Amino acid sequence: MTDYSELTTREAFGKVLTELGGTDARIVVLDADLSRSTMTKYFAQAYPERFIECGLAEQNMISIAAGLATCGKIPFASTFAVFASSRCFDQVRMSVAQPKTNVKVVSTHGGITVGEDGSSHQAIEDIALYCSLPNFNVVAPADSIETVEAIKAAAATAGPFYVRLGRSKTPVVYTSGCSFKLGKADVLREGKDAAVIATGIMVYKAIEAADTLEKSGIKCRVINMSSLKPVDRKAIEDAAADTGAVVTAEEHLLHGGLGSIVAQVLGSGIPAPLASLGIKDTYCKSGKPEELLEANGLTAGDIADAVKNVLARKR
Amino acid sequence: MPLPMTNYSIEDLQGISRKLRRHVITMISTAGSGHPGGSLSAADIVTALYFRIMRHDPANPKWPDRDRFILSKGHAAPVLYAALAECGYFPLDWLTTLRKTGTCLQGHTDSTLTPGVDMSAGSLGQGLSVGIGMALAARLDKKDYRTYVMLGDGECQEGQVWEAAMFAPNYKLDNLTAIVDYNGLQLDGFTKQIMDLEPFVEKWRSFKWEVVQIDGHDMRQVVDELQKSAQVKGKPVVIVARTVKGKGVSFMENNVDYHGKAPGKSEIETALRELS
Repeated sequence: MTDYSELTTREAFGKVLTELGGTDARIVVLDADLSRSTMTKYFAQAYPERFIECGLAEQNMISIAAGLATCGKIPFASTFAVFASSRCFDQVRMSVAQPKTNVKVVSTHGGITVGEDGSSHQAIEDIALYCSLPNFNVVAPADSIETVEAIKAAAATAGPFYVRLGRSKTPVVYTSGCSFKLGKADVLREGKDAAVIATGIMVYKAIEAADTLEKSGIKCRVINMSSLKPVDRKAIEDAAADTGAVVTAEEHLLHGGLGSIVAQVLGSGIPAPLASLGIKDTYCKSGKPEELLEANGLTAGDIADAVKNVLARKR
Repeated sequence: MPLPMTNYSIEDLQGISRKLRRHVITMISTAGSGHPGGSLSAADIVTALYFRIMRHDPANPKWPDRDRFILSKGHAAPVLYAALAECGYFPLDWLTTLRKTGTCLQGHTDSTLTPGVDMSAGSLGQGLSVGIGMALAARLDKKDYRTYVMLGDGECQEGQVWEAAMFAPNYKLDNLTAIVDYNGLQLDGFTKQIMDLEPFVEKWRSFKWEVVQIDGHDMRQVVDELQKSAQVKGKPVVIVARTVKGKGVSFMENNVDYHGKAPGKSEIETALRELS
């Protein structure tokens, strides 16, 4: 058995995909000259006849995946998140979203923690783009353990999927297992003072922030919103109703990401003071992942400060 | 029994294509909008495919062993709908619902609504890639169905077409036939002036395709070359079909104005008479 907790999310993806490939012959994998980075190389080694190397042609890759899906295959198409989103957006829209083909787009190297490669390789718009597409399910797992469950869910659930993974190793949130359910948020810490809703790698930062705040008597509910579409509206409304103060945190532009989604739900449901942490309408620079998170206000300390801010605005 | 109905003679097929053209005129004029020019140029090839070449079953549109057809130039949807209706995929009286609210016959093809349409299209350049996916699936499943993709010549200005063109021969997809409806016109004018595609045949050949040139309105040639394309081993085939945009209606032929314009009231009668 693979110990997924030791792996990056992309390694976990590559391993679980290979595992799934062994039990379901309908699974085929496509990559655009990045299999050694997206880790679909494991699948390619195990099932070369079901691995389709597309070369550097993401648009072609997505439409080929759609064609395969119409014939009963379950295609997983992988590349970096920047290319998986903006490079082939029209193909995803026309060949996958509208006709509801059973295509799974799994991207790696999402967000700014790609680091040194710089802005060209830092996907900060992908979640907004995929969430804008009707018929799509969009998931950003918190760690390698949840990645495994999300990939299994994608394979088992009919319809278009986008799963966003990262590049670097991040701390494991689900040390004692995870029961991922599409469209359901997961409350990781209970608390009545404020709620922190996070997605992707920001989930462990949210837990760190909650631990720090607890020392000064502030109890935060921490919610992993890995399923961004469909989103768990009730979990958001409950968080607002129960705590009266909400903070969101994401490694993505504030426009169209988790912050926007939560604001939309709160605005039409239960208004509460909201602070959203994310990339602020800008492209980022080369640097070490942790330095970039710090430069963009995405540390545990920033989350803790944001919690204090919303608490102050609470009536 | 699944088609093809091989008992159709060349003369029969010519009659069917005239009938499809008449449908196109009636459909588009009833809708008040649509793309007659590219529908009429594609009519003979679509007729040959659905009434002679392809193995398909109108009573079972999702039959897994059927040959696939993708109309990558999705704006020629009317001629495809006419062929599907004449085959029996849906009632003929659906045709005049084209483009109307609530119809199953959308302005551009929609695979979620129309029986017999294998893939939505309308944003140009994607169909050949989708066809590659179908051809790969056939190979994986050891099935002998064939995939046919029709592209427009203007459509070949899209970069993705050439990504697909590079892919298919590298994967030796000899269960794939591409047909280019080369009518020489696009929305803004002659392809030669907008963005010249020439040397076109040489482009495909240099991408390692088997290339055939035909007169896309010579039914005998269309049928023969489509049949022959299935015999080529080790590489995909592209049939470059020289056609006339608006073929069959004198005032539409080679007239860029009828790329995306419905015929006026006074023109319908003339068009239908010329196609009778």
